[in-house]
Amino acid sequence: MQIDANEIQKIGKLAKLSFDKKEQEKYAENLNKILDFVEQMNQYDTTGITPMAHPLDIAQPMRKDAVTEPDVREDMLKLAPEANAGLYVVPQVIEDKES
Amino acid sequence: MSWEPVIGLEIHVQLKTESKIFSGAATKFGAEPNTQACAVDLALPGVLPVFNETANRMAIKFGLAIGAEIAERSVFARKNYFYPDLPKGYQISQYELPIVEKGLINVAMPDGTTKPIRITRAHLEEDAGKSVHDVFPGQTGVDLNRAGTPLLEVVTEPDFRSAEEASVFLKTLRGLIRYLEISDGNMQEGSMRCDVNVSVRRRGAEKYGTRAEVKNVNSFRFVEKAIEYEIERQILIIEDGGEIAQETRLFDPSRNETRSMRSKEEATDYRYFPCPDLLPVETTKELIEEVKATIPELPWEKQARFEADYGLNTYNASLLAQSKSSAKYFEDVIEISKAPAKLVANWMGDELAAALNKENLSIAECPISAERFAGLIARIADNTISGKIAKTVFEAMWNEANSTADDIIEKQGLKQITDPAQIKAVVEDIITQNPKQVQQYKGGNERLFGFFVGQTMKATQGKANPQQVNAVLKELLG
Repeated sequence: MQIDANEIQKIGKLAKLSFDKKEQEKYAENLNKILDFVEQMNQYDTTGITPMAHPLDIAQPMRKDAVTEPDVREDMLKLAPEANAGLYVVPQVIEDKES
Repeated sequence: MSWEPVIGLEIHVQLKTESKIFSGAATKFGAEPNTQACAVDLALPGVLPVFNETANRMAIKFGLAIGAEIAERSVFARKNYFYPDLPKGYQISQYELPIVEKGLINVAMPDGTTKPIRITRAHLEEDAGKSVHDVFPGQTGVDLNRAGTPLLEVVTEPDFRSAEEASVFLKTLRGLIRYLEISDGNMQEGSMRCDVNVSVRRRGAEKYGTRAEVKNVNSFRFVEKAIEYEIERQILIIEDGGEIAQETRLFDPSRNETRSMRSKEEATDYRYFPCPDLLPVETTKELIEEVKATIPELPWEKQARFEADYGLNTYNASLLAQSKSSAKYFEDVIEISKAPAKLVANWMGDELAAALNKENLSIAECPISAERFAGLIARIADNTISGKIAKTVFEAMWNEANSTADDIIEKQGLKQITDPAQIKAVVEDIITQNPKQVQQYKGGNERLFGFFVGQTMKATQGKANPQQVNAVLKELLG
């Protein structure tokens, strides 16, 4: 698999990042190196091996269902660029376009 | 040529845990904005999710109840998208390896048939926060209380063929999650939310048509309306030679219509990958057995028992079994009144259901306790009062707290007249007073029989036993 500048632009758009032409080429080159590195795996026969979902071969520990976190609203709202009436305030987002 | 709709549902069920799925923040409904959102829910740098074991147990409980496969190993993945009410930039969900797969729910339809609906999967995920668009001009407010609330997303196969099937299924599902005590199942409060996939195809066709997805339809009635609108819209487009666009649409309840929500060129690409912050979840046989032991008698098991033990039809049995409280009320009334179950079922289905509906109450909020209602039923069963008089007594009981049927019957003198001599005397009077009608009746006008019954009932203020009145009239009129 090879990644080209178009692919970089597409991934960038999904990640809300923009690159100039020089950057596109640079990132394509870097990502291709990573893919080449991982490509080495294909020389091994992995038939019948369950894919791992995590590098550690242990199961997820769990917590009891209990409320342990207090209300930290005032501290958190102070960290935000803008807050009003207990809400975080961001530039207007309207996703629903009328057709 | 006729069209067949093909419908599938995706239902988000908010699980009734105390704390969030990956943090120890509270999940209470209706709290002040952002007072139940901790550092994990806000995605502050360095935080890590820790999985809530009760959310996992609830998902397993649901899976076992619908006879599904419970995954020995389930894996959380990241679903990536940007929206202000999703602070991490991704939602933690289960993708390739969900906890629950391949279940089945049999739905009792009003016409007496049973409709099997296959459940493709049910997976655990976190809810997003809420965006408020209409408070600050030109800005959006964000409340992250809901962010991280555990959700079980239930996905059905496209097995529905009508809006009614979908809506009856949703009621069945709501009954189930309430029985299991894993969710409030309240569509208005958003603890149960529904997305609907609709397509149409020519009857007999094998291939499905292109589907449209209608988002967040938040009442049973809206689900029906949205589906009906979509079916009609799609048929009109195809019959006009057009093509259905695969798209997401939004239901507008004020206009009873759906409209396009996302433009196609921004096709979603969620770039799922396993969440490196969470390890695979292992479900042991011991845990499954432990959870199995907590499953109560399920709605359809109750329904089958009601049919077998009490001789009710499937739909009536399913209505009574739909909530734990109505099933308990029904069985309590039978036990206390010793009356025939069908009589109890009819009275619960007619008078009681109508009165509850009128005041928008659930059976749990019923002003007449099972004990008092049993008192009324017992008096109908032992012929102290007729069904008609019982309605008067019922109304009085409804309006007067703590009143008993016996008190009201006594106070208002409503006791049924069953003394044959007394009834005969009244009937003889009526016959003597109406010689003209007697003559007409004997001359062949049989419709006048009702007139005599009416006169007799009127003379006894409705208290004469109607079967006895009929019998005596037949005897005396020849």
